[in-house]
Amino acid sequence: MRADMTLPWWAWALMAAGFVVFIAMLTVSIRRNGGIRRPLFASPYALWMILFTVLPVILIGYYALTDANGAFTLDNFRAFWDSNFASNKVILEAMGEAGEAYITRGTVNVDTLGYSLWMAFECTLICLVLGYPAALFMADRNMKLGPTLVVLFIIPMWMNFLLRTIAWMSLLEDSGLINTLLKAMGFQGVQLMYNSGAVLLGMVYNFLPFMVFPIYTVLSKMDIRLSEAAADLGCNGVQTLYKVTMPLSLPGVISGITMVFMPSVTTFFIPRVLGGGNTMMFGDLIESKFLTEGNWNVGSALSLIMMLLILVSLSILRKADPNGEGGGIA
Amino acid sequence: MKKLILMAMVFALLLPVCASADEVVNVFNWEDYIDESVLKMFEEETGIHVNYMNFTTNEDMIVQIEAHPGEFDLCFPSDYIIERMIAKGMAAEINFDNIPNFDQVLPHLLNPDYDPTNQYSVPYMWGTVGILYNKTMIADPERSWHILWDEQYQNSVFMMDSIRDSIGVTLKYLGYSLNTREVPELMAAKNKLIEQKTSGVVKAYQVDETKDKMVAGEAPLALMWSGDAQYAIDLNDDLDYFVPQEGSNIWVDGMVIPAGAQNKENAEKLINFLCRPDIAQMNCDYIRYSSVNAGAIELMGEDYTSNYVMNPAQEVIDNCEFFHDIDDSFRAVYESLWMEVKNTK
Repeated sequence: MRADMTLPWWAWALMAAGFVVFIAMLTVSIRRNGGIRRPLFASPYALWMILFTVLPVILIGYYALTDANGAFTLDNFRAFWDSNFASNKVILEAMGEAGEAYITRGTVNVDTLGYSLWMAFECTLICLVLGYPAALFMADRNMKLGPTLVVLFIIPMWMNFLLRTIAWMSLLEDSGLINTLLKAMGFQGVQLMYNSGAVLLGMVYNFLPFMVFPIYTVLSKMDIRLSEAAADLGCNGVQTLYKVTMPLSLPGVISGITMVFMPSVTTFFIPRVLGGGNTMMFGDLIESKFLTEGNWNVGSALSLIMMLLILVSLSILRKADPNGEGGGIA
Repeated sequence: MKKLILMAMVFALLLPVCASADEVVNVFNWEDYIDESVLKMFEEETGIHVNYMNFTTNEDMIVQIEAHPGEFDLCFPSDYIIERMIAKGMAAEINFDNIPNFDQVLPHLLNPDYDPTNQYSVPYMWGTVGILYNKTMIADPERSWHILWDEQYQNSVFMMDSIRDSIGVTLKYLGYSLNTREVPELMAAKNKLIEQKTSGVVKAYQVDETKDKMVAGEAPLALMWSGDAQYAIDLNDDLDYFVPQEGSNIWVDGMVIPAGAQNKENAEKLINFLCRPDIAQMNCDYIRYSSVNAGAIELMGEDYTSNYVMNPAQEVIDNCEFFHDIDDSFRAVYESLWMEVKNTK
């Protein structure tokens, strides 16, 4: 099952062809326009996209649909459904009929995907519940503290998320800061880490700004006269909030949900650091396929399935914000 | 995180290989597995620049070597991975004329099973797998693997997130060979590992983090490699190490030059340098694994010979078993098994 890990010849050919086409288009468009025009400024980015987004996706597709020898196969997707697919074959080969007693469908991949989706759902919900009021507060022009809060949200983002997650570890550990303080005060220590609650905490902590900022952007652009008009027409504060402010901030909410949900589904590393490796998320699973098992084919199939899921959820959200008012992320 | 850093380093490596004409050697070693001042000394003495990169498990390492042929000049795999590299033609024949210090290697480690003609590898360190425990939390531990399954120690065990090690000790506990290819035995090991997880004794599955957490008193019990254990004991007197009575894994990590290495002679110079008794001693003092170097052992004297973690008694060694490589197809059984354990909630 080991993958051949060098790029196939046609990937190089594709890259070269892409480059040639790119240069040709560049030349043609300079000629036609009689000089360099504005759209050309987008071309470095276009080249970047081709090399680092389009080509990798094509390669993932290639690996997902081939076996270790490069022949076409759908086995990698069967291996998604039945994580014991490869090992069951080996067992039957080694033991013949006697091996059938040891054959079971492995549910590891499906379970892990389900668990990741559930965790992402929880994380998004918590971020929304925490983030919406925060955004309201930050965008409120009568609050002097609003801009300070914005800065306070941004400052932690200056530091890499890996470091911030490791910092959480030294807080939550059994021998960490919180437990040391508790014990010093005469309480019993509590188990804060090595479980999915800690993973969820790490996710919410890391992704909360992605919920707050899109909502904040929409809210701070909202015309204050709309709320004044609502008040003139007899709405009290609460009614204004859910009849005027909330519907108008929906695009920001949709953007926020997307920006939190996507990285949540693909989370890895956080479960290993804060969850102690007791639970796996889909990102960890894909990582172990590539880095530990060296099985690029199944790893690619899993990646492809995850990308498809994200695409589907994006298109659903896109329906809710057709004009892309929340930044057009969905 | 370490894997991320590793990947970044692998990419960073591409540049010097392409660009520089200076003498370099690209070294791929375990996390915390050398006294890095040794590398500085090597650079000063020879003028060869060392690009130093780390990995966490054997499995991670060989995937990188396969994916980037020609980019590593020296790596430090364990016995069973050396066996695989030789079988797959991934190891280059070493020119022993360039390694006069090879005569320092202990004679009983020459021509090992994993490299019967001793053409491809030079031993670097050896050690055992055992249990590190905290004496203040468990005064008199049962000297059996059973202690890692004992339900009175809830939430107390750091297992190793390393396929062969964790499955291997479970097989030993059940009285099987840790190289088994018998499906019923492996299934029994899987059930045992799942039982261990659901019974609540396991705290976490990790590798590099464990030793520092044990030093901090985070848990009473950990499955651990002997050198990491000695490192932790050096930092915290409350810790102690034993190899359970059922026997365990004994291993040798060797130095191997991957086939297609671009700076083979520099790699040989570095191997020779690492076999020099004073350098081998520095490494041994720093990483605390068992030495393969007669000269270094002489230099360390009583300090080393009286240490039962680094220098275990012969009967402990006799009770231990080496890993052998599991071939490519059968490895899927080990991998699925481990995934099912990891997936258990």
